[in-house]
Amino acid sequence: MEKDIQLTKEDFTSDQETRWCPGCGDYSILAQMKKVLPTLGIPKENFVFVSGIGCSSRFPYYLDTYGIHGIHGRAPVIASGVKLARPDLKVFVITGDGDGLSIGGNHLIHLFRRNIDITIILFNNQIYGLTKGQYSPTSEKGKVTKSSPFGSLENPFNPVQMALASGATFVARSIDRDPKHLAETLARAAKHKGTAFVEVYQNCNIFNDGAFISLTDPKEKKKHLLKMEHDKPFVFGEKDEHLLAWTGKKFAVASSDMKENGREILKHNENGSGPAVEFMLASLSHGPELPTPIGIFRSIEMETYDEMLTQQVEHAKEKKGEGDLKKLFTGGYTWTNN
Amino acid sequence: MSEKDVQELERVTICFAGDSGDGMQLTGSQFTNTTAGIGNDLNTLPDYPAEIRAPIGTTFGVSGFQIQFSSSNVHTPGDSPDVLVAMNPAALKVNLKQLVNNGIIIINTDSFQSRNLTLAGYASNPLEDGSLDGHQVFPVNITGLTREALNDVDLSLKEKDRCKNFFALGMTYWMYSRPLETTETWIGQKFKGKDALIEANTKALKAGYSYALSTEIFTTSYKVPKAEKQAGHYRNITGNQGIAFGLITAAKKAERELFLGSYPITPASDILHELAKHRNFGVKTFQAEDEIAGIGAALGAVYAGALGVTTTSGPGIALKSEFMGLAMMTELPLVIINIQRGGPSTGLPTKTEQSDLLQALYGRNGESPIPVIAAAGPADCFNAAFEAARIALQFTTPVILLSDGYIANGTEPWLIPDPGTIPDIVIKQPRTDEEYLPYKRDPERLSRLHALPGTPGLEHRIGGLEKQDVTGNISYDSDNHDKMVRIRADKVGRINRFVDDPELIGKDHGDLLILSWGSTYGPILAAVEKVQKQGREVSWCHLRWINPLPSNLSRFINNFKTVLIPEINLGQLSKVIRAEYLVDARGFNKVRGLPLKTSELLEEIDSILKGLN
Ligand code: SF4
Repeated sequence: MEKDIQLTKEDFTSDQETRWCPGCGDYSILAQMKKVLPTLGIPKENFVFVSGIGCSSRFPYYLDTYGIHGIHGRAPVIASGVKLARPDLKVFVITGDGDGLSIGGNHLIHLFRRNIDITIILFNNQIYGLTKGQYSPTSEKGKVTKSSPFGSLENPFNPVQMALASGATFVARSIDRDPKHLAETLARAAKHKGTAFVEVYQNCNIFNDGAFISLTDPKEKKKHLLKMEHDKPFVFGEKDEHLLAWTGKKFAVASSDMKENGREILKHNENGSGPAVEFMLASLSHGPELPTPIGIFRSIEMETYDEMLTQQVEHAKEKKGEGDLKKLFTGGYTWTNN
Repeated sequence: MSEKDVQELERVTICFAGDSGDGMQLTGSQFTNTTAGIGNDLNTLPDYPAEIRAPIGTTFGVSGFQIQFSSSNVHTPGDSPDVLVAMNPAALKVNLKQLVNNGIIIINTDSFQSRNLTLAGYASNPLEDGSLDGHQVFPVNITGLTREALNDVDLSLKEKDRCKNFFALGMTYWMYSRPLETTETWIGQKFKGKDALIEANTKALKAGYSYALSTEIFTTSYKVPKAEKQAGHYRNITGNQGIAFGLITAAKKAERELFLGSYPITPASDILHELAKHRNFGVKTFQAEDEIAGIGAALGAVYAGALGVTTTSGPGIALKSEFMGLAMMTELPLVIINIQRGGPSTGLPTKTEQSDLLQALYGRNGESPIPVIAAAGPADCFNAAFEAARIALQFTTPVILLSDGYIANGTEPWLIPDPGTIPDIVIKQPRTDEEYLPYKRDPERLSRLHALPGTPGLEHRIGGLEKQDVTGNISYDSDNHDKMVRIRADKVGRINRFVDDPELIGKDHGDLLILSWGSTYGPILAAVEKVQKQGREVSWCHLRWINPLPSNLSRFINNFKTVLIPEINLGQLSKVIRAEYLVDARGFNKVRGLPLKTSELLEEIDSILKGLN
């Protein structure tokens, strides 16, 4: 099947002019998505992209697939309806930190726990872009914006922790300025069966420029960025000289020669390192001393809601036979008037 | 045993009332099935408390079931019961004021103890203090007699006491000359494998029957002869069942899968429950995390090619309105069902009201003219749901169907249609061999063609931003917006060409025109039949579609001295009619959480006609 489908990124380019601000991180995500889609072995007409409202949510207009630009925060529910009605379709949700975590937070957690086979990409720029620069639910506390001239009073959400806690079966993080990592992560997420969640750190160069500079600046990033790889130790630093070691309660930085000292080193396990490790890893994104992990936090297999719903329909048909209106109408007490 | 009279009656209304745990709904539905089986026309209304486990013995905990049956047509559950079966003091207290003068009251005296009297708020025992004077009271120690009848059945006392409703039912079967077989058969099926329960309930039923037959208490029994009803196969149906069946039928006839996105809410949840049973029709029900998710998932399913439906009541509609706007803008065939209840806010969840007509017509941002159809009665819910789905699919538009708590839970006999005679719903599909323009329109209906995902070559994006005419691309152009706003309104108007005009009953001119919509149909029909029998000239038109308003209305609405609009609200249709037709329509408005009473309508009609002459 896969071999028959030969698509290129041009096939996925729509006739609409892209209208993000020049330099916006969204361009990179779109470019990587266009690279990934042709590799999935799925016919173009079977893709459906659903979005909410915000800069990120313009995304579906720029892809030549089926798509719905929905209403604020509600992409997960539209996508759920699409997938449950038509399990044969490959459904993506494109959302942002405001759309997905503020106005639509409720829907996102319920999608995670249901494990409907949908791939969610959340562009996290830690700001409201489309409404011109208010703090968002992922903005750091104290952030000064138009709506918080004296500093925001709110603690930020950690999207990865939220997804893990709600039971998402695939949780990952990537970054707009690392195209290779981004493309790989998107591809992994798209291939995952079940609800897949990718948080993408995305630079809004107009309202929150440099929010992730320590993770993208060529000189700085090696110090602060931890690329997690399955079955490998958590190594980072300019010359991979640091190691993230698990103390049993938390992570601490050690030197990577620890390896040679013969002690047990924690290796990354995507397929279930347990809630404690997963959570602590996710929490690192806020610490100043410890690095910020990107990569896949969790990737586990579980029966999907859409599969189980299809099974219920099939079972009912086997048991009761294909629905017959006459039987339906006359079920229960009936009588005849002559 | 003495000889007893048998009197023939044309119509009777009985109310069975007791504590929530007394099995009154069951008693009522058994009486209903038996009554249907012997060929009476009938109409029922259950009335149960909003609290799930209301305190036992209190007036909040009273559960009632009212049925009117007759040898002629029945259009309502009856204004005032002729007979009240009161299983406890609270049931008596709640229902006594509705009873006709000199009505029959059957009382379970065993429950009229001081504790229950206090719980019901009685200072003295109504059986003794003369407060029931003017009624025919039949005090029967129902609990004691039931225990006695079940002496040798192997059940606990508590279990035996639970059979007392069958004793009461047995008494009413004798009083109204009904056979026991229907209920006996039902007991046998319901308690299959539990022989003691079958024995106990059957014995209690028979004991009640024999008691009424053989004691001196009841001197008369009554007969209500068969009604002249259209020949055919019937069943009883509630409005919510009617909607569920109508939707399943529409999906089948449109060759679409039915998808329901819904969040539980009174009094709409029974549609979700009913549809959830029918997975073998390919019905997918999705219990969403909230009202918004319910409609959003339904809209997603529509885009993917299902017949998408969301069901709710007023507060839920308030939450869904943004999505209704998206359905309007994307011109997708979504069916939105509102089982109205008393409002505003949480209001009266278990009580009926024509609360949300204006919300349905206007409750969205922008110019958002969603077609609105209203069901007239429990059986009509089937047709209304089918028609709502048909118009939604054929016009690529959201449609709002209004029902309410009264017809949602009430039942009436439904002439079961032959599925083969129900027409298919044909939906035009876009061609794959030419350019697909999402907003290119059918010249007659102004509907657009909806390309389903999975169709090669027809990939397209839609959303809530204003569309360019024909292409459907985003457009901020001012003239284009003006044009699109008008097209969307025009499209709704064209629905009139594809639906029947409502019937005008009576002359197209005269003294009085009654105009109505929704669940007031039954009470108004009963009133109109009566005044027409009296030879008085009253015309009546009951609307089915309220958006668009029917095209025939303008031909006659100005030909009457008075236009009367009875509604269970403060005049929502009145406002619309006054604005649209510049007629000085007057309202008849009662907002008590109850259906309109035929007797009150008759008084109103009387006083209008008197004032004119
Ligand atoms: S406002 Fe920010 S996020 Fe939005 S398009 Fe411009 S740069 Fe991108």
